[in-house]
Amino acid sequence: MSDRDDRFVEMLLTHEIAQFLYREAELLDERRYEAWLALLSDDIRYWMPMRRNVKFGEESREFTREITDINWFDEGKETLTRRVRQIETGIHWAEEPVSRIAHLVTNVQLIEAMPSAAEAREVSVKCRFLIYRNRVETETDILVGKREDLLRRDGDDWKIARRKIILDQNVLLSKNLTFFF
Amino acid sequence: MATAHVGGYRPGLVDLKTGQISREIFVNEDIYAEEQERVFARAWLYVGHESQVPNPGDFFVSGMGEESVILTRDRAGQVRVFLNSCRHRGMKVCRYDEGNTTVFTCPYHGWSYGTDGRLVGVPYFREAYHSQLDRLQWGLVEVAQTCVHKGTVWATWDKDAPPFLEYLGDFARYLDQMFDSWDGSDGGTEILGGVQKWLVPSNWKFPAENFSGDSYHNISHRSVDMVGAGPSGSGRRDMPELNLARKLHIAIPDRGHQTTAYLLPREVEVPAGYQHSPVVSDYFKKCEEARRQQRGDWGRLITLVGEVFPSMAFLARQPRTIAVWHPRGPHQTEVWRWFLVDKNAPQDVKNFLRDYYIRYSGPAGMTEQDDMENWGYAHKASRGTIARRYSYSYEQGMGTEVDNYEWEGFSLPGSVTDLTQAKSSEHNLRNLYRRWAEFMEASDWDELASWRRAQRAAAE
Ligand code: FES
Ligand SMILES: [Fe+2]
Repeated sequence: MSDRDDRFVEMLLTHEIAQFLYREAELLDERRYEAWLALLSDDIRYWMPMRRNVKFGEESREFTREITDINWFDEGKETLTRRVRQIETGIHWAEEPVSRIAHLVTNVQLIEAMPSAAEAREVSVKCRFLIYRNRVETETDILVGKREDLLRRDGDDWKIARRKIILDQNVLLSKNLTFFF
Repeated sequence: MATAHVGGYRPGLVDLKTGQISREIFVNEDIYAEEQERVFARAWLYVGHESQVPNPGDFFVSGMGEESVILTRDRAGQVRVFLNSCRHRGMKVCRYDEGNTTVFTCPYHGWSYGTDGRLVGVPYFREAYHSQLDRLQWGLVEVAQTCVHKGTVWATWDKDAPPFLEYLGDFARYLDQMFDSWDGSDGGTEILGGVQKWLVPSNWKFPAENFSGDSYHNISHRSVDMVGAGPSGSGRRDMPELNLARKLHIAIPDRGHQTTAYLLPREVEVPAGYQHSPVVSDYFKKCEEARRQQRGDWGRLITLVGEVFPSMAFLARQPRTIAVWHPRGPHQTEVWRWFLVDKNAPQDVKNFLRDYYIRYSGPAGMTEQDDMENWGYAHKASRGTIARRYSYSYEQGMGTEVDNYEWEGFSLPGSVTDLTQAKSSEHNLRNLYRRWAEFMEASDWDELASWRRAQRAAAE
């Protein structure tokens, strides 16, 4: 394949991945939780560290550690499924009445395709998110940050095998995290 | 009818004879300002855990009421707590959450302070101050008293406050369960890395009263009970104890501390919890046995959720956490939460509990989320001119608490309501507000330390 072909293949893959991420966001915003859960691999790690204010050069201590420390989220599919079920009870007051949520996913960057862009079985992809939540009357949260996802090929589609969520906040400015990132 | 926001606090807003408390104490800005003076500047407050500052020069920036404070270990190894504000023009001296340093250098004009608080560096000290500035007088403001109790660090701005253990009184025995390891060995807990910090849109007393022992808010948590977030599968995770034990509210009236607890039967063995994980189930079974052996009757007592007056809450069982309610104006609270595990527990047990803690507590906690929703909208709906004319009802179970509670030959200090019979009571909540009103009314610690008067009278 020529260089040009390589770039073309990569472009197509990036497009495919971006479309996948937009479709995922759509499912969440439309509250189609079952369909969303189906996009998660059974062994997914869903991790959102907390962030400390540290000196320049001491960034290794900026994030709480996966599996070891307390984090905002550090869980797998079972817990995520329970969270969905809780919303579906209709008496999860923190999401009842249900919130109005919009996920804006941007800056989608294909970081790596394994083993290659042409035959990608796994891709690691970064993006930015802005989550807007408005609930009851005037209560509004805006959460902005970065996401690092590992997607795994599943037939014609993809599954999310790992998601690291980096929220750009120290003290969490929202009273809860009842929604998905 | 309580008259609406005319001025600040006055006696009668907390009326324990009728069991009614005015909404003013939650939403009134003048009362909020007064309680910063009268409550937060005089009480003992939780600052952090010694294990957060193990080495000289280590620091952790914490809070006491509205103030930012630096918890640090000085070069002599002493735990110190300082106001995080430069003496020159008030700049926040340390804006890192934690770390290690030899000096805190102010970013504004460069005054620098040692970890013992002393002013050690003043730019142009000779030229601009003609070496006249009395550096000894301009060190960081230090709290009046500090106490390290079983690894936890407490402080107060009031030099007249009684020593911390006297401040706890009989409550110390109940609180110790929070800091001792589950097998009963002294102070055997450690803090997991990462302190959760987040904002809740309600007055700080909503979470304070909830953790004091709101035994009535079952409907709040029904959704999580239905889907299960607990370590033993679905349903309430404390069912085995609930069916066998006595569930009690325990309050220490003259101190304002209170907790909920289970008192287990002497003979019957409680079925093991945590069936999902044999390692964890085994660990707790062994611990329970050891604790009973070591502690006798006290080993049968399991402290659950409680509150040290005014703003430190704890959950001594699982999820084992400490929460502090930092007031941020009358209408907002910044919650800080620390998570504890037994130092000597196997790593598998620690991991299991850590997973459970995150799932249960904090802003992502499937249980706590619903509490915060209720506090927030209860507060919001109480702010209107008309709304605040109407008191809240705290009448539940009035007059049913007893002073000499005894079960199976074991008597407990404090004022106790047996919830196994009563199902629920607001006894502990009334205890919190009784003490709060005393703080708002008392002119000094002489008045607040009422037990000393009683002791003096007894001695005469
Ligand atoms: S405010 Fe700190 S040196 Fe001036
Ligand atoms: Fe609760």
